[in-house]
Amino acid sequence: MPEPRIPAPRRPEAGTTLLELTGVEQTFHTKRGDVPAVAGVDLTVRAGKVLCLVGESGCGKTTTARAAAGLTRPTAGTVRFRGSDVSTLDAKGRQEFREAVQYIHQDPYASLNPVRTVYSTVTAGLRRHGHVRDRAEARRKAAELLERVDLTPAESYLDKYPHQLSGGQRQRVAIARALAMDSEVLIADESTSMLDVSIRVSLLNTLGRLRDQLNVGFLFITHDLAVAKYFAWDGDIAVMYLGRIVEQGPTPQIINDPQHPYTKALISAVCEPDPRLARAKKAVRLRGSEIPSLTELPNGCTFHPRCPLFEADTCDSAAPPLSLLDGGTRLLACHVVARDHEQAGVG
Amino acid sequence: MTEPILSVRDLSIMYTTGRKTGVTAAADVSFDLYPGQSMALVGESGCGKTTLGLGLLRLLPRLGKVSSGEIVYRFKDGMSLDILRLGKEDLRKFRWHEAAMVFQGAMNSFNPVLRIGEHFTDTLRSHEGGERRLTRADIAERAAELLRMVRLEPARVLRSFPHELSGGMKQRILIALALALEPQVLVLDEPTTALDILTQRSIVEQLHELRERLGFAMVFITHDLGLAAELADRVATMYAGRIIETGTAEDVFYEPRHPYTVGLIKAVPPVVGDLPELSSIPGSPPSLADLPSGCSFHPRCGYVRDECTGTRPELTVLTERALDEGHAAACLRAGEIEYTRKVVASA
Amino acid sequence: MSKGTGGTLSVMWQGITRSPSGFTGMCLVAAILIFVFGGRFLVDHHNPTDADAIWKPMSGAHWLGTNFEGKDTFTKLVLGGAEPIWVGALAAVVTVIIAVVLGALAGYLRGRFDDLVLQLTDITMTMPFITVLIIIASYFREISPWMVGLIIGLLTWPFLTRSIRAQVLSLKEREFIEAAQLQNLGTMRIVFVDILPNMAGYIFINFIIAVTNAIYAIVGLYLLGLLPSTAENWGLMIQQAWQNSAYLLPRALPFLLAPLAMIALFQVGLVLMTRSLEQALNPRLRDR
Repeated sequence: MPEPRIPAPRRPEAGTTLLELTGVEQTFHTKRGDVPAVAGVDLTVRAGKVLCLVGESGCGKTTTARAAAGLTRPTAGTVRFRGSDVSTLDAKGRQEFREAVQYIHQDPYASLNPVRTVYSTVTAGLRRHGHVRDRAEARRKAAELLERVDLTPAESYLDKYPHQLSGGQRQRVAIARALAMDSEVLIADESTSMLDVSIRVSLLNTLGRLRDQLNVGFLFITHDLAVAKYFAWDGDIAVMYLGRIVEQGPTPQIINDPQHPYTKALISAVCEPDPRLARAKKAVRLRGSEIPSLTELPNGCTFHPRCPLFEADTCDSAAPPLSLLDGGTRLLACHVVARDHEQAGVG
Repeated sequence: MTEPILSVRDLSIMYTTGRKTGVTAAADVSFDLYPGQSMALVGESGCGKTTLGLGLLRLLPRLGKVSSGEIVYRFKDGMSLDILRLGKEDLRKFRWHEAAMVFQGAMNSFNPVLRIGEHFTDTLRSHEGGERRLTRADIAERAAELLRMVRLEPARVLRSFPHELSGGMKQRILIALALALEPQVLVLDEPTTALDILTQRSIVEQLHELRERLGFAMVFITHDLGLAAELADRVATMYAGRIIETGTAEDVFYEPRHPYTVGLIKAVPPVVGDLPELSSIPGSPPSLADLPSGCSFHPRCGYVRDECTGTRPELTVLTERALDEGHAAACLRAGEIEYTRKVVASA
Repeated sequence: MSKGTGGTLSVMWQGITRSPSGFTGMCLVAAILIFVFGGRFLVDHHNPTDADAIWKPMSGAHWLGTNFEGKDTFTKLVLGGAEPIWVGALAAVVTVIIAVVLGALAGYLRGRFDDLVLQLTDITMTMPFITVLIIIASYFREISPWMVGLIIGLLTWPFLTRSIRAQVLSLKEREFIEAAQLQNLGTMRIVFVDILPNMAGYIFINFIIAVTNAIYAIVGLYLLGLLPSTAENWGLMIQQAWQNSAYLLPRALPFLLAPLAMIALFQVGLVLMTRSLEQALNPRLRDR
């Protein structure tokens, strides 16, 4: 007699607020002085939605993601999961948080234990926390998870070791593991950046299905704006620079009509896979090419030494607040653009 | 009519691994590179593009051997040089004076205990002409000139150790070093991989500028179609060790005639403009040690027919062009391949 | 990338069998083990003192001659191997278990437990090992060889503990360990199920090294005459040969050289095995 299938878990309704970061700061104390890797970040991850964090290396996006995943404790600010502060959870609450919020690493070659089979990797948490009664159920559940991430036929993967899998397959196993305990939020840190183009797209399509069918909420970290545009089209993009969000809003707005000079520079710098477009494109010229060190941040707006819109006295005196532009849906932290918009609105 | 500066004919490269028989990493590759032309070799990891690039300058690792074919370099005065027959000394001369390589991974290409200045001294000294010894002043002057060419500040950079410089700076220094003896051909392996987006952009612009000024021809190896669209006059797609399509950048990007090229292009999201549907190529690339019969792509191909499994299609010219080989594809059904992109959301 | 199930065991097996020196080592060790543990059933355990047959040369009746008491040297050689090998193995087991448990937990937990373990290793390391053994052995005249094995084990764990701790320190920063933490798998499971199997080859190599060291130690103690002369034992044979000046008498030489040769060959065999194991496992460790 066939065993009944495990009932589909109850999933959160699309749009429910799952993870909320408020004023998160992370300062690392080093010999060279304090490094403010993240300096006050507010983010909200909603069920079935994608929030994409983009920026260059060292901008603090990974540090933010790790704090959101509970891997590090922020030096200031709070991370809330379903309304409760993650740092004050009791053991039971902590376990629920751990099951619901998972993190997917960048390198699928490093994130799977080389001595464990796929079955063992995917079901370790289920077995540990008593979500499965016996081995047969664990194997069935593992097969289901592998199918969910498009590793089919699942049976042929269960007993394989990581070194027998390709990079794309490994990353799928890592995602299956993250989904094992019916997680509601996936924090993906450059999870597709090490894969070849075709494999990357198929993985993104798989993640997109998880988002749409299971209402998984994503905090998606990438340096690749094209990937951000594709995966977060119905969601939001937040652009980070030196530990702060400089622009945030619905993806089509940010990509097609960037307002912050840094966002503009990033978007215009992308090499388009289209020769005519590429030739016609004019990249924004920055005033400086080197990113300032986090230990010696410039005064005022930290982007001012590189900014093409730099205005003395305005930009190097006070840091611009991240505030709504034109009362719309876009947040922006730029003195010059905000002022110009205001004047245009008044005039 | 202009003669090609580099002619490659039926080049095959084998790797011998352990007791097993050799693996053919590049098979029957032919192409012409004209003076001042820029050609991109694109493909996924493991397709043999890096092997081919190294083979052009006979820089293959110990286990790799050119098993057949020829590479001919032509001087401006019409004299030609058979690269595969060169002795050790001639090869060394050829490698910096006529053609130079910029390796992947700017991080590992430097000796960590030598200052940048010493790297320049080494390169310039080991290739100085017979007439007179270069003085220290000569070397310093030439190094400064080269560094200014890639917009770096010589005084500071020459005194620095490699670890004190950013990835982008190191990549520029490598380019400057490669250009030290004014080669006519530059081979670059993934010149922008692992660099941040704004740094990538500045390297791309640097290469444009240098090519305009110095007029060298360029072969660059990349998995990034955007970079190919940006920098290449000609694009050659590689799959399983063979060039399966080649043509001008416009040919390949706007009218791809090989199903694999179509698949690659459809997997890459653009940043500007509409949001197209992205699709991946089913399956995964074959192992070079165990290639499918006939066309190596047939197990993954949507156009597959019975004859594809038996006959390997030759690279056949579809559109004749003055100079070089025009637009060619290695597909039995090249004439029927249609390339359209479905738009999911418009900008 | 290798095909097959690719566990550490199969890599170790290939490492030994594919390298000529490793294979030689394995054959040596196997031959001596068969000689010692199989030979027991073939020789006559009754090996009486015979005043008429003292220091007989090699012959058909006495393959390796006889000793100063007229006992058959070959019989003594067969019977004398078991004890040093067992004691060596016991000492190695004790060392490895202590080192693995303390080293792994100290490296993973850090904090106070780590400080404590480091202090303990420092204290134990500063104790002069041979001197302590000599004092203990001369104090308890009736000490059993098993106790000696235990004591050797209890004194030699600090080096291995430190290197296991260091390896765990680096392994625990690996992403797959963080992934296990994200699943809330619990400290013990992460340390002993996720981390340690990744060091299985290293631990096995150190086990063999510990065996060789313990054998040297126990043979040395016998040689110094610090252990009671009760059972058959290669170390004891060497000591008796020495005391009775066998080296002055050519026909008595087998009684001195045979146990020496057995010990040397066994150790060489083990060392050759560990060498090829290290070679087989190291690139794999780097690759990961």
